[in-house]
Amino acid sequence: MLIEKYIYLAIALFCIGIVGVLARRNAIIIFMCIELMLNAVNLLLVAFSKMHHAAAVAKGATAGIEGQLFVFFIMVVAAAEVSVGLAIIVMMYRNTHSVDVNFLNRLKH
Amino acid sequence: MNAIVISAVLGVVMMFCGVFTNSKPAVRFVAIIGLLGLLIANVLDMGGYHFFNVNVNGMLAFDIFGLLFNTIAFAATWIYFLLSGRDMERVGVNLAEYFALIFFVLCGIAIVSAFNSLLMLFLGIEIISIPLYILTGSDKRNLKSNEAALKYFLMGAFSTGIMLMGITLLYGAKGSFNMEVIRSGTTTLTPMLAAGLLLLLFAMSFKVSAVPFHFWTPDAYDGAPTVFTSFMATIVKVAGFIAFIRLFEGCFGEVHKQWQLLAAIITAATLFIGNITAVFQQSVKRMLSYSSIAQAGFMLFALVAMNETAKEGLIFYAAAYSLATIGIFAVLLKMKDYTFEGFNGLAKRQPVLAATNTIFLLSLAGIPATAGFWAKFYMLSAAINNGNVMWLVIVGVLCAAVSVYYYFRVIQAMYFKDGEPQEIETSRGFKGLLIVIAAVVVLLGIFPHWLINQLYSFFYL
Repeated sequence: MLIEKYIYLAIALFCIGIVGVLARRNAIIIFMCIELMLNAVNLLLVAFSKMHHAAAVAKGATAGIEGQLFVFFIMVVAAAEVSVGLAIIVMMYRNTHSVDVNFLNRLKH
Repeated sequence: MNAIVISAVLGVVMMFCGVFTNSKPAVRFVAIIGLLGLLIANVLDMGGYHFFNVNVNGMLAFDIFGLLFNTIAFAATWIYFLLSGRDMERVGVNLAEYFALIFFVLCGIAIVSAFNSLLMLFLGIEIISIPLYILTGSDKRNLKSNEAALKYFLMGAFSTGIMLMGITLLYGAKGSFNMEVIRSGTTTLTPMLAAGLLLLLFAMSFKVSAVPFHFWTPDAYDGAPTVFTSFMATIVKVAGFIAFIRLFEGCFGEVHKQWQLLAAIITAATLFIGNITAVFQQSVKRMLSYSSIAQAGFMLFALVAMNETAKEGLIFYAAAYSLATIGIFAVLLKMKDYTFEGFNGLAKRQPVLAATNTIFLLSLAGIPATAGFWAKFYMLSAAINNGNVMWLVIVGVLCAAVSVYYYFRVIQAMYFKDGEPQEIETSRGFKGLLIVIAAVVVLLGIFPHWLINQLYSFFYL
């Protein structure tokens, strides 16, 4: 089991997320891409955690569960963020009947 | 620990306050008294009276630097409540909830000023950010507020994703989230470690709106209800810097030189873009949001210099900048017209407001005999002590000179231009408080060591 493969997969997912955030104009899709970034991080954290755990067991010590704990915190915070973010998007939709972020350019004046 | 527990409890208390009473003065009263209690509890914490003995497993470390910053942040928030508490009522009907959200932000600030594990850094920053998204969008019918909230939210969540990737890569390289482990082992740099540190640097630059990651700031600050912009642009922004400093303190072994160059470039760009763009603004509120970027540039000096002078200077800068900006925003809130023309002839109608506002603007511009001068002085001398970044000091001085132009434009409008009479309601207490704050700004400018010494002596009660 090579850790590199997990790193490549996570980086690929993360980059898809970043490109999506930068390129798409629909607020919901941008939001989904941000979630994709967070989940890429989760995947990588679990992989690293397993790697450190295996290394620690070989030395007779116990370590490497912190990364998996971190994943739970990311999930909880992401859920909180989703609830606030969707509320903001709904609020915006009620006022403009659109979820297109190009609307945002009006603020520049 | 006092500050974290009590601020979180106070947030819940404020929410219940909104359930049990509809009286706005009562809610405001509870918030002001509660925050005063929080401030006192934190000062007692500095003096060695810990109310809560929680085993944090080394995830939090309460040092004098963080507690001192907490005290300043809570005191500034208290002044902000007293000055602008009434203006929050005009944003919407949920006054108690706004106070509750601000208390939750303060809880986040207490966490980021004490984190010793990257997990706590992440949680603290999120606890600060999520209530702020709500506060930004709290003016629900106003399209500008909606757009600002959406933009702030998307950018904030995006930078959180980047920060998490940085944390993960650091974890992969080091096998721990603990700051001490990370500090001890960064002498040899692997690509994974370098990428992690770089991503963390970018994400934190997003949070403190350093150029080139500043583009969300003017829009979010301009669109948010002015009373909350005042809070976001001062206390929250400074808290970001405290986290920034704590994170990168001693994190770089052999790469210190290259990393310092990168930080210096970000600092120079922040100073330059912030100041130059502020010159061209027509609205005072928007000018203040660019000015907050420019001031962030000065606070970034602490990150470049990274020595004891820089840390103390950052605390002083936090106090000077927060006080002055909160004062200016409190005056701005009373105006109906936020353009420079709106300030025309203010000195004739409201001499007290104009005079105190002038002192705050002079302090932000860094004119001697105000707190802002010493704040900038500490930052520049920290950079000179460091010795490697003389060019940055010169850029800083030049940009401070540029900033005088747009601050003096407001003063010129107030004193030397005639405008149409504009009805401004102010109470006697409001004016008195403004005078007190202006006096503190001048006193800190004349006796700069007073504040630091006072707070240090509290620590050794």
